[in-house]
Amino acid sequence: MSSAAWRALFTLICAVALAPTLVPAQEPDYGLAPQRIADDVYVLVGRTEDFSRGNGGNIVNTAFVVAPEGVVVIDSGPSRLYGEQLRRAIARVTPKPLLKVFNTHHHPDHYLGNQAFADKPTAALPTTISGQRSEGGAFTENLYRMAGDWMKGTESVPAREPVSPGLVTIGGRPFELLLFAGHTQGDLAILDRQSGVLFAGDLVFWNRAPTTPHADVATWLATLDRLEALPFRLMVPGHGEPVPDARGIAQTRAYLRWLEGALRSAAERGDEMTELLARPLPPELATIPLSRLEFARSVAHLYRRYEAPTLKQAR
Amino acid sequence: MWNRAKRIAAVALAAGWVGGCLAAAGDDPLQSPQWTELRRTYLGASPVVFDPRVKVSGPQVAEDSMNVPVGVRIDGLEGVSRVIVIADLNPIVKVLEFQPRGALPALHFRMKLQQGSPIRAMAQTADGTWHVGGIWIDAAGGGCTAPSVGRSAANWTETLGQVQARIWQGEQQSRIKLNIMHPMDTGLAPGIPAFYIERLSLRDGADREWMALDTFEPVSENPVFSFDFPGVPPAGLTLVGRDNNGNRINAKVAR
Repeated sequence: MSSAAWRALFTLICAVALAPTLVPAQEPDYGLAPQRIADDVYVLVGRTEDFSRGNGGNIVNTAFVVAPEGVVVIDSGPSRLYGEQLRRAIARVTPKPLLKVFNTHHHPDHYLGNQAFADKPTAALPTTISGQRSEGGAFTENLYRMAGDWMKGTESVPAREPVSPGLVTIGGRPFELLLFAGHTQGDLAILDRQSGVLFAGDLVFWNRAPTTPHADVATWLATLDRLEALPFRLMVPGHGEPVPDARGIAQTRAYLRWLEGALRSAAERGDEMTELLARPLPPELATIPLSRLEFARSVAHLYRRYEAPTLKQAR
Repeated sequence: MWNRAKRIAAVALAAGWVGGCLAAAGDDPLQSPQWTELRRTYLGASPVVFDPRVKVSGPQVAEDSMNVPVGVRIDGLEGVSRVIVIADLNPIVKVLEFQPRGALPALHFRMKLQQGSPIRAMAQTADGTWHVGGIWIDAAGGGCTAPSVGRSAANWTETLGQVQARIWQGEQQSRIKLNIMHPMDTGLAPGIPAFYIERLSLRDGADREWMALDTFEPVSENPVFSFDFPGVPPAGLTLVGRDNNGNRINAKVAR
């Protein structure tokens, strides 16, 4: 081969080798499409999956309400990028200013988008804010591992304003802020009085198995009864499609009742965690997406609490 | 799980490399690059078989790397005198060594995992052969280098060595579950020396030993163990043990 040909080949090899660094990486797109579920009420429904590099953590529902004077956002999503794309999605629906961002609880998929709303008032229950402060670092690290590049530049930004429960008017529209617990130590539900839409956060899962890393099952079950008594016309669960009745509550309740019973009876029998993991789920719960995975996680989160009281002090 | 797939791919690649030079590594159903070396370290020149009768159970993914539940059951294998449990890729590989004596060759415990790893039970029978079974448990990690949780409580020394126990009596077999209060520090967390239970045994009134267990750093803090006995366990069992600082454990296990 001539030296010119060698030079051409060398150039070609270099070009191929360097190509990925020369083309600017395109920002991944969550494809957020606000879905109108009532007058001036929009939901962005996430996939009923676990965090992955495929979904970038878009496994959660976020929502916004267009009040007469501005926009109220409920949960900000799993990453800085999600928050930015949510903001752009809202701007495509309405030119009105953003008035407030609520975080329903301190789990990362519900608030790591706060970074994109740093210039706006962000609000959450005091227990949520302290949870975001103490666990935000570990949450973020975990999501980087599970969702990869989508998380680029994401940092935990806790909400700044503590919420107290009660009726508030924001931008000329009344909202009922409801303090509950069970999924975590502080779970905020929001009832939009005008539309009758209840934003239940992760107190309700619909066709997606409930998660329990900070759950107290008995408290959660009591909360579900109180939620069911509220005058809502449409419910937005934390995960799963909006549902016009109490089916989400009923499914979450059925799963949690079974979970609690399975943990308690196994502990009383002297079973070990690995034996419980091998147990089949009842058929009506086994068909809920991710129920097998979440059951295994719940055993790790909760079994010790049921097992400890079965043992007696030995001297 | 992406991480797991990547790791398995890496391990498979490594196993392929090693497999080219050492036939023994290719036998390992878990395809661990460490296996040839670990086998030499823990089992020496004794004969080794991978045996499906040695069953290890655990979660696919460790939700809590500080408390990964593991079970070992050996069915249909006579004369098991010793069971060694190892985690190939843990910074401290050996988890425990169990001599069933009067107990069944079965036990449950919880352990710390620093990263995804094969967890193996290796059971020696009377003819000297080691029967090996195992599973892969994936883990986000950090279980071995984090300080014990109890260290942050001011009164952990007051409960040190305390035992909670219960016997579940069945017709065919019985179970003894034990919970011992101990930090089980690995020595890998900065500024905290290794501090762990080394030896536990169950003895009857005549000082006969019904099971003996050597435990190492990877066993979880405030460990919980379950041991199974054929029929009804003897009356008046006492749990006797010590940690690496010479603290004694001594508690009567009421039926």
